[in-house]
Amino acid sequence: MFFVFGIAAGAFIAVTLLSGHQPVNVNSGLVAELKEYGINNYSKLAPQDIFNWSVLFTVKGFILMVVGGFLIGFGTRYAGGCTSGHSIMGLSNLQWPSLVATVCFMIGGMVMANFILPSILQL
Amino acid sequence: MHEIGEVKNSFVEKLNTDFEVRSLDSVCINTSELKHPWWYNVKYLAAGLLFGIILVKTEVISWFRIQEMFRLQSFHMYGVIGSAVVTGMISVWLIKKFQVKTIYGEPIQLYKIRFSKGQIYGGLLFGFGWAMTGACPGPLFALIGSGTTVIIVTLLSAVAGTWVYGHLREKLPH
Repeated sequence: MFFVFGIAAGAFIAVTLLSGHQPVNVNSGLVAELKEYGINNYSKLAPQDIFNWSVLFTVKGFILMVVGGFLIGFGTRYAGGCTSGHSIMGLSNLQWPSLVATVCFMIGGMVMANFILPSILQL
Repeated sequence: MHEIGEVKNSFVEKLNTDFEVRSLDSVCINTSELKHPWWYNVKYLAAGLLFGIILVKTEVISWFRIQEMFRLQSFHMYGVIGSAVVTGMISVWLIKKFQVKTIYGEPIQLYKIRFSKGQIYGGLLFGFGWAMTGACPGPLFALIGSGTTVIIVTLLSAVAGTWVYGHLREKLPH
């Protein structure tokens, strides 16, 4: 609990006190594609056009934020670890099941980002 | 007497299988068994602070960066994760070589991760969630701290996901 509170506080410090936070310099192909879905705000780490309280109560926002969050929690426990547990710690320790998990994270992410997410963003 | 012995054996068996299931949860293994007053936890706050700052400054919690990664449009994420793995490898090697203890002198044990089908099914589901929200568990907290407060809902939903998994665990293929 102390650790995760620290993460949130650290992020807050990074965006407020440690200034010089530039908008993320994104690949131009992605910028063009996201523009079609009405995503133009690069000022914060998450696109504010989608991740805000009013979009939460639309179908698109519900799928992205609530269903997406559920999949993170469910998938993390089912796989027995997350990015840091499997991909970073597990690979460092040369554990082959962690490599399997990491490959599946990437396959899942690529399928979602390239084939499913565009239809969700169009909603 | 014989009966008591049997009961004891079945109890031990139960304990062992419990450990087997628990050993799938990487978090449950190296938990310190020492008790401390609450202010001993302040150092975790410090570690969290540092982690939070790094997550923001490296942009790895950026939804845009995650999209680039999964669309192979940028090397950024692969560079950060790759260097984290190299750093981790060096750390693991040093811990093993010098038998490094925790700050309370407890030995660090690195267990072998056992393969289960969960790493495939769970991994795919996790990947979906990662690409949708642009975050994995640690970054959820960092995103809230960085000012996207609606992620609180995503976090609660993730916690709900872990509960539902706990309920369905026996029925899922592993």
